[in-house]
Amino acid sequence: MSLLSVSGLAVSTHDGRALVSGLSFAVPRGGRLSLIGESGSGKSLTALAVTGLLPPGLAATGTVLLDGTPVIGATDRTLDRVRGRVAAVVFQEPSTALDPLMRLGKQIAEPLRRHRGLRGAALRSAVLEALDEVALPARVARAYPHEVSGGQRQRAAIAMALACRPALLIADEPTTALDVTVQADVLALLDRLVAAHDMALLFVSHDLAVVAKVTDEVVVLSGGRPVQSGPLRTVLANPGDDYTRSLVASARRLDAALDLGGVS
Amino acid sequence: MILEARSVGFRYADGAPVLDDVSFGVTAGRSVALVGESAAGKTTLLRLLLGLRRPTSGTVLFSGRPLPTRHRAAQPFRRQVQTVFQDPYSSLDPRQQVSRIVGEPLRALGFTDQAPRVAAALDAVGLPADAAERYPHEFSGGQRQRIAIARAIAVEPTVLLADEPVSALDVSTKVRIIDLLAELRATRGLTLVMVSHDLAAVASLCDETVVLERGRVVEQGPTREVLGSPRDAYTRRLIASIPRLPS
Repeated sequence: MSLLSVSGLAVSTHDGRALVSGLSFAVPRGGRLSLIGESGSGKSLTALAVTGLLPPGLAATGTVLLDGTPVIGATDRTLDRVRGRVAAVVFQEPSTALDPLMRLGKQIAEPLRRHRGLRGAALRSAVLEALDEVALPARVARAYPHEVSGGQRQRAAIAMALACRPALLIADEPTTALDVTVQADVLALLDRLVAAHDMALLFVSHDLAVVAKVTDEVVVLSGGRPVQSGPLRTVLANPGDDYTRSLVASARRLDAALDLGGVS
Repeated sequence: MILEARSVGFRYADGAPVLDDVSFGVTAGRSVALVGESAAGKTTLLRLLLGLRRPTSGTVLFSGRPLPTRHRAAQPFRRQVQTVFQDPYSSLDPRQQVSRIVGEPLRALGFTDQAPRVAAALDAVGLPADAAERYPHEFSGGQRQRIAIARAIAVEPTVLLADEPVSALDVSTKVRIIDLLAELRATRGLTLVMVSHDLAAVASLCDETVVLERGRVVEQGPTREVLGSPRDAYTRRLIASIPRLPS
């Protein structure tokens, strides 16, 4: 059985407008998959629906199984058992995941205490270990979110997401708000940690080149519907449908501009 | 040089320098990119080039003369230099019709033939004539950026200062806006000064590139050389960090 299995997922507004429809995919234990799409493609809504985090006013139908637990229609109590332990999410803007009024060390300690039952010296050393794992210095534990850089905030958010050793990490545009040199480091970090802990990864992005750094398998979304899926290399070489063809052509043009290093 | 920074420095009263000894210039009709990451000083430099702030050392020159600082004296400069910003959602007033948004610089600079100029600007950016009567929320992100570009070119400036003009756009929209800017450069002889961290956009649009790191110029020259065979360690790291498509 897949760790995450999604079939016939639809997300609609209360007045019946479909934002995502007909979406099915699966991520096996230790597997990696990317959802690719532009603004309004429904990729981020899918990431939220998978963890039962859709905002009020939106409803999901279809089937989402996280490690066998049905997510759609589940109670908060059920979801609390699944979130963090089975699946954890890293968002584009780390500030949305962090409490601005709490020191980072305390925030990272919270899931360690709740899910792993650590206290006192064991908890303190687990926090330092978690910081070290995402290549943050120990002093960051004493800092508030605004006192560190955007890249360091995202590393702290990743440390929190990994605290309970989830079987699945969901990363929604985790590097889009970062500088390009920082993005390269954070992508390498994610790649390394997911491999080191045998985690599965569901990666959400608009950027084909970023996706290529972390996953081989992709689902391309357009207007809330899946239009293409398969190995990324196959999709790049043979895009098939019109939307994917235009997406790949645009990405290739920008990529080629870098080769010339000059004005065409 | 139509626009030039000569040994420009800027610091806040209580802080470390934001810009330190920055010199570069752009010849009329050419294009230059100011490239860098967070805290490189790009936005501050843009403000100095617009005359919105004065450098604490050095000079900004327009057509060989220091930028005017008084409001009235600045009018000819405003006519010549217009801007486009990164976010077409926040840079357009949602309560105003597009005709009013695009006409704003025309009104500010006392043009009397506003309607035909607004129509010509909308046409030049590839928007239909009936766009004039609509409101920003009726348009997609790419179309809004076209509205912002129409506003900038309505007074037929010689220089366009663009602050990350394609960074907030989806990839296919980005390509189309890059094409539009390239076309406007070619057909109008526009000088382009573009602040960007997007090196693909820079390589597509700019003849020259200035790389800034922490307020200092670390490398500058023809884009082909700076991006093609970078000499500075930071430029090399920047280029190596760009994720590339598998071949």
